[in-house]
Amino acid sequence: MSIWINEDAKILVQGITGKQGMFHATMMVEYGSNIVGGVTPGKGGQSVDLSGQKTPVFDSMVEAIQVTKADASVIYVPPPFAAEAIMEAAEAFEEAQGGGVIVCITEGVPTLDMVRAVAYVNSRPGVRLIGPNCPGIITPGETGGSKIGIMPGHIHAKGRIGVISKSGTLTYEAVAQTTSIDEGQSTCVGIGGDPVNGTGFIDCLAAFEADPQTVAVVMIGEIGGSAEEDAAAWAAEHMSKPIVGFVAGATAPPGKRMGHAGAIISGGKGTAAEKIAAFEAAGIHVANDPSEIGAVLLNALKEAGLR
Amino acid sequence: MNIHEYQAKQLFREAGVNVPDGVHCTTVEEALAAYQKLGSNIVAVKSQIHAGGRGKGVLRNPENGELVMEGGVKIAFSKEDVQTYSKNILGNILTTKQTGEAGRLVRHLYVEAGCEIAHEYYLAIMVDREEKSVLIMASTEGGMNIEEVAEENPEALHRIHVDPSAGLLGFQKRNLGQALGLTGAALKSFFKIIGTIYQFFIDQDCAMVEINPLVKTKSDEIMALDAKVGFDDNADFRHRQLRADLRDLAEEDDDEVAASEAGLSYVKLDGQIGCLVNGAGLAMATMDVIKLYGGEPANFLDVGGGADEEAVTTAFGIILNDPNVKGILINIFGGIMRCDIIARGVIAATEKLELNVPLVVRLSGTNFEQGRAILKATELNIHSAETLAEGAEKIVALVGGGQ
Repeated sequence: MSIWINEDAKILVQGITGKQGMFHATMMVEYGSNIVGGVTPGKGGQSVDLSGQKTPVFDSMVEAIQVTKADASVIYVPPPFAAEAIMEAAEAFEEAQGGGVIVCITEGVPTLDMVRAVAYVNSRPGVRLIGPNCPGIITPGETGGSKIGIMPGHIHAKGRIGVISKSGTLTYEAVAQTTSIDEGQSTCVGIGGDPVNGTGFIDCLAAFEADPQTVAVVMIGEIGGSAEEDAAAWAAEHMSKPIVGFVAGATAPPGKRMGHAGAIISGGKGTAAEKIAAFEAAGIHVANDPSEIGAVLLNALKEAGLR
Repeated sequence: MNIHEYQAKQLFREAGVNVPDGVHCTTVEEALAAYQKLGSNIVAVKSQIHAGGRGKGVLRNPENGELVMEGGVKIAFSKEDVQTYSKNILGNILTTKQTGEAGRLVRHLYVEAGCEIAHEYYLAIMVDREEKSVLIMASTEGGMNIEEVAEENPEALHRIHVDPSAGLLGFQKRNLGQALGLTGAALKSFFKIIGTIYQFFIDQDCAMVEINPLVKTKSDEIMALDAKVGFDDNADFRHRQLRADLRDLAEEDDDEVAASEAGLSYVKLDGQIGCLVNGAGLAMATMDVIKLYGGEPANFLDVGGGADEEAVTTAFGIILNDPNVKGILINIFGGIMRCDIIARGVIAATEKLELNVPLVVRLSGTNFEQGRAILKATELNIHSAETLAEGAEKIVALVGGGQ
């Protein structure tokens, strides 16, 4: 098992004929992802070559899902059109088959667009949105697996650790840390660094708690908002599996946006210190340095009798 | 992106939000002419900088640091007052709780007609990240720091979440006005202003609108006496011309502006160790680990996905503009971008800029072995590290920091 995305999930690529879409769709196919089609309005009926695999292009998501029975879609369209792409996918998944997973990679989507898009998605209970501004989601397989996003596939290995993160490269760092102690990953979810996004930490924790393949979770947070605190409080009540946490931004000055649109300490709220304190209060094993995640995870696994 | 109060009030005026008459000035002469023009006996003379806490701030002479005046917002009762206050404000450094010790040079002034205040309220509109909707907050405790109100007197703070598909509804506006104790003409006036400000927030893609205070005048009119407006940068593409016109580059750090133009994300800090990292989360973590090993980071810098020679050269240039920088730590997790290419880029940039501060490079991810081998082979003053912790430790030792 894994969460939300199986190793052989059927995937559509929205914005497949664009430069980003083509490049990453090709990388996904090379990893082993099962891309069944793409969508670019006005280019329906054409096909694209993804590393030798001829892939059909459709005009609309509804048509693409009806034909391919896709489980998921990944969005590589530019920021002005990303929220609409999310809503088109949500409506199409709901209409055609009652649900699906939408992964929005696009960085720079206006916050108010996301407010509308998230409300739209949330009114369709079978539809899950991951992102935007995220590396995507990956479920490594024995050979290949399903990579939906822009992460370097080869650093991952199938295993029993769930990974959740707001950040891109820091997630890769965490993945490499799990590998350094000979553990692989069940599923890795990048929830994104924007202030308003779809799937959050708690959704991921709940899914990992329910997933028989996952025995422990690594959760990477950063300054801004209170998602980490909320997740910690939830975990204290509901998680039986050990969690290792890291929070980036202890040295970030207040009032300054640290790269990610959501990474900002405002009105004295959203500091790393508050988040780390919440993690510790919830019994989460905290790493002070990303290079320590492996060692802290190993201890947590030993404590739980899993090593 | 933030704008000045005088700009926000002009936008408010155009949108139909009730604000007092006022004039933007950059000289004492203009301030005196504004006083004449406003024809109001009492005016407010307000320093214009992109930071709050102006009223309780302190003005100092930029050359000798001597105290010039306490309070960056003054009430003037005469032409002489206007002359004194505007002279004390313009060209001096205003330090407030939000500016940091360095303070800000005041280049702009706003002279505003006084009004007869019956009561001061607080009003703010922002996006609630956790509820994923627009949040309107109001309180009867105007003029106060809102964090203090939330802490000490939470029942005075009223919150409304706007359903994104329904918009701000009439009953919500009424309920909020009544919660503030407004009745009759004042409630009617509030109903109108709250609707207009909410629409402004949406139309202009704001990140934050804060009015502290929003006032009820003695004639039961509701008016925005202050206006703090911040825009959502992600929506710049929808408001290009307007935002370009409103942007005050003098209020921004030159290096941060240069970095954003080069597509890099940079924030200047006070330490000695420059950092160059790919990815925002990893860049923050790199700063944290430098601190953990006894150093102080000089900056946050995210080079984005492709750390090629050009990006590294630009980033080095920006980092080295800061005279405090005594060493640089590069931390790259190669994903799609291969570490051997990054290593060559780092060497080329180092040679090009004749870099003379110690450089520690930590490469991980795709092709890291080749990357490290390339760095090892060079004659340049470049040190390689395997982990972030090792990299931080090395650079802290090389700059002679740590305690």
